Amino acid sequence: MIRAAAGVALVALLLAMPRLAPPYPITLLLPAFAYGIALLGLNLLFGTTGLLSFGHALFVALGAYTAAWLTTRCHVMAFEAIVAVAALAAAVVAVPVGLLCVRYVKIYFSMLTLAFGMLFYSFLYKFYALTGGDEGIRVLRPSLLGRGFADLDKVGFLTGPFYYYALAMLALAALVMRRIARSPLGLSLRAIRENADKAAFVGVSVRRYRFYAFVIAAVFGAVGGTLLAVPTGLADPLLAYWTHSGNLVFMLLLGGFDHFLGPLVGAAAFIFLQDFVMSLTVYWRFVFGALLAVIVIFFPRGLLGLLPPERAA
Amino acid sequence: MTLLEAVAVRKLYGTFCALDGVTLEIPSGQFVSIIGPNGAGKTTLVNVLTGLTPPTSGTVRFKGRDVGGVGPVRLARLGMARSFQLVSVFPALTVRETLAVAIQARRRRAARLFASLTGDRALWDEVAMVAALFGLTDELGRPARTLAQGDKKLLDVASAFALRPEAILLDEPTSGVSTADKHAIMAVLVEAARRLGIQSIIQVEHDMDIVFGYSDRILALHQGRIIADATPAEIRANDAIMATVVGRPLAAR
Repeated sequence: MIRAAAGVALVALLLAMPRLAPPYPITLLLPAFAYGIALLGLNLLFGTTGLLSFGHALFVALGAYTAAWLTTRCHVMAFEAIVAVAALAAAVVAVPVGLLCVRYVKIYFSMLTLAFGMLFYSFLYKFYALTGGDEGIRVLRPSLLGRGFADLDKVGFLTGPFYYYALAMLALAALVMRRIARSPLGLSLRAIRENADKAAFVGVSVRRYRFYAFVIAAVFGAVGGTLLAVPTGLADPLLAYWTHSGNLVFMLLLGGFDHFLGPLVGAAAFIFLQDFVMSLTVYWRFVFGALLAVIVIFFPRGLLGLLPPERAA
Repeated sequence: MTLLEAVAVRKLYGTFCALDGVTLEIPSGQFVSIIGPNGAGKTTLVNVLTGLTPPTSGTVRFKGRDVGGVGPVRLARLGMARSFQLVSVFPALTVRETLAVAIQARRRRAARLFASLTGDRALWDEVAMVAALFGLTDELGRPARTLAQGDKKLLDVASAFALRPEAILLDEPTSGVSTADKHAIMAVLVEAARRLGIQSIIQVEHDMDIVFGYSDRILALHQGRIIADATPAEIRANDAIMATVVGRPLAAR
């Protein structure tokens, strides 16, 4: 009951935010929404299935570059089409990458995903004609549900229609992921996380289901990537760099990977914390490193670990 | 009808011969116990019979199909399940969820992405039925890691039984359980097998009271070979076998 009331209050607050807050914090919420979607996918892989990917940024970058390519080079402005193509592209890339990666677990899986992430980074960096090299590719303002909002300036677009669009996408992504987490596949994935050998002996196709989780995570990553690229207006190779993957893992740990809302809380906390610490000191990375150490040592279940555990399905 | 058979199975680990030309046939409907001293090859035999370990030579057939090294998932689908000597559970999953994992896998619904788990009445009814058979009804909502050791063992075995296999191989199902509880567990297993339509139970067991009390047939293994394949009464009467397997003739116990 309290949870439901808190949820309704949070959604109402987020809906009212553009009227309550100045534009700057609203523009900070946009990447938090985008990362929230990407992290829902990463958490299916880590929190649910027990596979820690250090290459999830590959798919976030893929989503951002899809948005860049389609808007700048193909003049496709419909954001719905961009999201659909990004999801499809992520699935296509995730099939071969996932087939290779899910043959391994633990550190070997993590290292392999890291390697594929860096491979994609190198591709983005070196294939200038295709990717714009280190300069990346611009992401033009897309149309939302067929409307271009030409009357609005950039801030007006981002803090108005795009804000609500991104919020709706986050809500939709969360509902879809909630459904997956509570599906038969979700239960099978949790069994695999807990004891893969045992799962196999009760008839669970461990490798195949890990692969499904990998592809689903990739699709969520790319959809998040399309949303991430619009406010910055740029897709650049650093989106695929390993530090970006590291940030995604950091966000997940910060929010709490064993809680469904952990990814969303982690993304928002990271973005606002980063903004706050960066405004105080140029040594913000040092502060973040120390913070990560504190979280892992004292709050291994993240911010949401401070709440009572969720009811089992 | 022969359910499970091994023909001239050898298993080598380097130069060590764990199984040396084992041939056996297990028909439907038998309760078979595999006995033997430590290092006789009992667990290796179970591993080979359940496709976990491919034999170095020879064949293993289940319902006429070669199952040498097929892997556990295909084996479960073919109708054979097993439990391990060491308790193996899903620590964070509740008893209810643990049984559901096995039942939905058997019903080929484990990969459904958007189906509602909570709304699947048939699944939860079957979970409740299996839990009741194993006396786990009161523990349904508890995570496996919080169960007492005996209940963990029961849950481990119950999840294999929930697959409703035709044959089930149990590696020391009563290990780590007090002598008083062993017979209670065996009674549960036999009743559950009858209710769930499990045709054959093949168990590795050290406790001779359990072996003699429940088996239709006993396979005695020594140094990777079957040295006796007989009824409990015949084994009990054979001092040489008893001395090899148990360490002393039964009369001296």
